[in-house]
Amino acid sequence: MKAWLWNHADALSGTLARFARAPLATLLNVLVIGIALALPAGLYVALVNVQGLARGLTADPQLTVFLALEAGRADAERIEQRLKAHPAVRAARFVPREQALKELKAATGLADVVDSLPANPLPDAFVVEPREAAAQALERLREELSRWPRVAHVQLDTAWARRLEAGLKLARLAVALLATLFGLALVAIAFNTIRLQILTRREEIEVAKLIGASDPFIRRPFLYFGTLQGLVGGLAAWLIIWGGVALLNSALADLSRLYAARLELASLGLEDGLSLLGFSAALGWLGAWLSVNQHLSRIQPR
Amino acid sequence: MISFSHVTKRYPGGQEALKGVTLTIEAGEMVFVTGHSGAGKSTLLKLVAAIERPTGGTVLVNGQNVGALRPRAVPFLRRNLGLIFQDQKLLFDRTVFDNVMLPLSITGFERREAARRVRAALDKVGLLAKEKANPITLSGGEQQRLAVARAIVHRPAILLADEPTGNLDAAHAAEIGELFKSFNQVGVTVVVATHDEAFAARLKPRLVALKEGRVVR
Repeated sequence: MKAWLWNHADALSGTLARFARAPLATLLNVLVIGIALALPAGLYVALVNVQGLARGLTADPQLTVFLALEAGRADAERIEQRLKAHPAVRAARFVPREQALKELKAATGLADVVDSLPANPLPDAFVVEPREAAAQALERLREELSRWPRVAHVQLDTAWARRLEAGLKLARLAVALLATLFGLALVAIAFNTIRLQILTRREEIEVAKLIGASDPFIRRPFLYFGTLQGLVGGLAAWLIIWGGVALLNSALADLSRLYAARLELASLGLEDGLSLLGFSAALGWLGAWLSVNQHLSRIQPR
Repeated sequence: MISFSHVTKRYPGGQEALKGVTLTIEAGEMVFVTGHSGAGKSTLLKLVAAIERPTGGTVLVNGQNVGALRPRAVPFLRRNLGLIFQDQKLLFDRTVFDNVMLPLSITGFERREAARRVRAALDKVGLLAKEKANPITLSGGEQQRLAVARAIVHRPAILLADEPTGNLDAAHAAEIGELFKSFNQVGVTVVVATHDEAFAARLKPRLVALKEGRVVR
């Protein structure tokens, strides 16, 4: 057990020494891995920010039921009764056409245009809060209400939110795709680095085999190297993202002062950052393991 | 104990290096295998260390059938052996001390005890003063003595040397011979392959002559 620990300590210190012996090559390798990981991870951070934004906006789905222009007050009352009795409707608020016109005038600053109209172009409307927020239930309710007499059009106000949700889904897929590709790149980088190391240390491996080194002993320093390189590369990616977000936030600070709103991007959280490190270390190990298995068996002392 | 029975070794090219060799080397013996180059001396040693596998017959080392050893078990066989090569196979990217340390670090020896053993081995071959030097700065004789130190630092029961004096003059060869003799005197089985008859004769070991893959004496 103690001997085994010594072996691991030896392999680790040997690996660190090898890092230190070629600082520039190590730095460049780490940088390449860092950049390769920062791309998908950065996109992920952007996605998380947009998602946070979207969640604030899509609080409650609403349906707006527009009545036909020729519908009178009596029609509106009948529809109100029907809506309030409907099992899928939680609440319905009547917006008379006069009020709608007044709101339009006040909200958009189109007073001049509205005043110049010969008649009120807006219909009476109901704002309906459904009991169920599921997309299918909403769609069913919209279908049903739009078939009622004197109803001209029913608009689902969550349509844009669902479009955003679909867009986010696409973006999530893109992140996954990008992460897979760059993950493979990381494995390839580790594979190649280790291959070069094995070639340059061929003599040492041969001698070690001759004097009775077991395969795990010979493999160990290379596996350590790959894992450590991946880990430090992951750390570099984290730093790159952190720096990028900090830079964007300082620019956003000016913007939010101008708009008197609080705009701030969230960086990679601790949990996500740690999984990034674990992920990159594991991929580095995998690349090294593949490389060692591929190349070590070919070195046999003669 | 090393025992060959009807051992044949044919290399992939079709060349037959050993043809039905039967030979027994008792524990604690000192044996010199002589013969011209190409007689099969190196192959004989390589079969003992499982660097090559026999194509016929069996090679037993301490009761183990070396030819049938699983690859996983080979390192543990080699840890009982001390190997010396004509081209020494020293590592020039580390000091004399670290070269000798190698066999001990492989088995995860305790540090302080390992360092003590390395110095004892270097002292034995007269290189203690050069422990911090790089092997490239050593003379040919010193490099071969360093190879000897590396081969005996883990106190193997069997020492195998392939042409250990190939690049050395007579005086240096004699030094190496004396070292082998002293190891043999403390019970180490020593097997040396050499074409240098004078070197072999001086130590009065048991001689095994190979000719074209057969034992002729």
